[in-house]
Amino acid sequence: MTVTWYVVLSAVLFAIGAGGVLIRRSPLVILLCLELMLNAGNLALVAFSRAHGNAEGQVFALIVMVVAACEVVVGLGLIVAIFRRRLPLNVDELRGLKG
Amino acid sequence: MSPTAWGWLVLAFPLAGFLINAFGWRVLRGRAAGWIGTVAVALAFASAIGALVTLLGHTESDRTLTSSLWTYASAAGLDIKLGILVDPLSVFMILVVSGVSMLIHLYSVAYLDSDRGYARYFSYLNFFVFSMLLLVLAGNFVLLIVGWAFVGFASYALISFWYRRNTATKAGMKAFVINVIGDVGLVLATFFIFRDLGTFDYPAVFSAAQEQFQTNQGVLIAICLLLLVAAFAKSAQLPLHTWLPDAMEGPTPVSALIHAATMVTAGVYLIARTHVLFELAPTAADISAFIGLATLIFAATCALAVTDLKRIIAYSTISQIGYMVVGVSIGAYGAGLFHLMTHAFFKALLFMAAGSVIAAMAGTQNIDRMGGLRRALPLTSVLMIIGALALAAFPGTSGFFSKDEILVFAAQRGGMYWIFTIGGYLGALLTGFYAFRIIFRVFWGEPVPEARELEGGHLAHAPPENPLTGEKEDTDVGFPGADHHIAERDWPMGSAMTILGFLALFGGLVQIPGVTNVIETFLAPAFADSIFEDIIPSTGSAYIGLAVGAAVSIVGVAAAYLVYVSRPGTAPALIQRFRPIHAFLVNKWYFDELYDAVVYRPLIATGRFANAVIERVVVQGIVTAAVDLVRGVGVVVRGAQSGFVRAYALLLVGGFAALGLYFLIASQ
Repeated sequence: MTVTWYVVLSAVLFAIGAGGVLIRRSPLVILLCLELMLNAGNLALVAFSRAHGNAEGQVFALIVMVVAACEVVVGLGLIVAIFRRRLPLNVDELRGLKG
Repeated sequence: MSPTAWGWLVLAFPLAGFLINAFGWRVLRGRAAGWIGTVAVALAFASAIGALVTLLGHTESDRTLTSSLWTYASAAGLDIKLGILVDPLSVFMILVVSGVSMLIHLYSVAYLDSDRGYARYFSYLNFFVFSMLLLVLAGNFVLLIVGWAFVGFASYALISFWYRRNTATKAGMKAFVINVIGDVGLVLATFFIFRDLGTFDYPAVFSAAQEQFQTNQGVLIAICLLLLVAAFAKSAQLPLHTWLPDAMEGPTPVSALIHAATMVTAGVYLIARTHVLFELAPTAADISAFIGLATLIFAATCALAVTDLKRIIAYSTISQIGYMVVGVSIGAYGAGLFHLMTHAFFKALLFMAAGSVIAAMAGTQNIDRMGGLRRALPLTSVLMIIGALALAAFPGTSGFFSKDEILVFAAQRGGMYWIFTIGGYLGALLTGFYAFRIIFRVFWGEPVPEARELEGGHLAHAPPENPLTGEKEDTDVGFPGADHHIAERDWPMGSAMTILGFLALFGGLVQIPGVTNVIETFLAPAFADSIFEDIIPSTGSAYIGLAVGAAVSIVGVAAAYLVYVSRPGTAPALIQRFRPIHAFLVNKWYFDELYDAVVYRPLIATGRFANAVIERVVVQGIVTAAVDLVRGVGVVVRGAQSGFVRAYALLLVGGFAALGLYFLIASQ
């Protein structure tokens, strides 16, 4: 079994995640799609690590998981804050940073 | 104890007095601050005597001692120690400085009694004494600069002591600015010395200079001229003299101490201390001597016309320092320093007596408004006459022996140095005249109302006013406090003046040609390396000089008697006849106006130009252009910030995709 299949799967997952981020308006779903993209990256890292017989890729995957966990905390915190203020859960309407 | 240990003690006592008065002013009541200051300086004087006695215990060749407490700075070949040099020259200076300071402190105890800034005054005064002693005891050029700058600051603080008097603060600033010009000269000279000789310590500098420099080498002349800038700024020689007459805005004992007896002679000390360099650069020494001569005649002519009592004595100080500068520049070190000592005695005495007179006149300083004070102020008048006699070099007084010694030495060197002898005697003639112009104007003639009041037993008091401008003042500023003090009624003033009177009268007896030679014998080891050591005027020529000096002095005094006493109308008639000359002298040769036109106005004009053109147009133009640029770019870029999160994400993904595509194509 070659590494190709894993990489193709990773690319498909990444494309799905990126598409979700671009298309969906709910911040919660965007967060889920971001997770999907990160884990697609993880999959590629682990696959290449196995293929090259080198553990460094797996270590990187672990670090990415830590970063992902942090990002989820911040992201969910933001969503909860938006919800509590009764603001619309729609990223197109949250435009306070317009230049 | 070694002489250097005594030297450190000399420094420690005034410093302690300064700190106690500076921090204890809240708790010190009455005259406590004054007595603390006086005792501190008296202990310094006692330590100076200790240094003298122990130094005389050493053999003559072994009288240059150094000592250092710790290393001040040590890096990259630079080695500066916090060290003092105790040799006959520095011991002579500390004796004169601490001795005269002690008497002036004693005088001030009473004189400033009712001043609101009593403790502040004595802390400044002790700080000054500490700085001056540091200046003369310093063992290297760096510590000399420290002392030099400290005395400059002390002088500034004391000139501006009555800080609510506008003229006083301005005079302080003027003194400070001109002194800083001198400081710059001293610092630059020190840089050159270090660059070429690699050391700061006096003994090392002087021995290295004799090995490394040729006579009149360019850099050596530059060093000497820079040292002269420093010396002339401090000693009020032409053309840097204008600050000293204005410095009379300070309290009178300050004028006596700083602007007559001690600080202004620092320049003379500096030339004597660096005589090795000046002997290697005779051109610089000659320039110095000629400036000294010009100053002594110039200042004497000003003293003929000025009417402010303290300013007359100030011009007389400038003139007498001119004699000292001539002396140490032509190689008459012993004579120059002897004159420094006698001048400290009689000039301090004259200022103290002037303070007593001004107090009796309720703050008036104009001699046109004085007269007939002889019977009202018996002690002051006798002592002031003694001071004036010594100043006029009247036969037998201290100034007689010291002044003539310089002029005879100049004659002994011969050649062009005869100019100094002739010019010096011309100055002496003027000195005799203006010294007794003061005496006859103040003490002779019809008694003024203040004098009559004092004869009746009551000391005149007037609403305080600025003696220069006549502006009304409150008692918090200006003339020392609400109560006046005269020598006849306050024993600290009277006793200090009496001691100085004895010294002014008999101080010259230590150095009578052919009889005694105390000062020169004592100072000889410090100048043993001098090339002028074997120029010693014979006793015969010394007595010829003394005879000429006596004649000149008596003629000067007699002329003053003629003009002011026996024919009272002469002076106004002379002024009427020589009106332009009188105006020229009253305005002090227009030096202030000259500096105003040459330095002050161009500087102000440059400042205005810089403000109007460089600041407003150039600098602000650049700043405004930068701001506009940033703002313009901001307007353009702001459009991209739509606030649509998904648009940003699309740009991000699209950007990465484009990059990936680019690398894919590039790798083919």
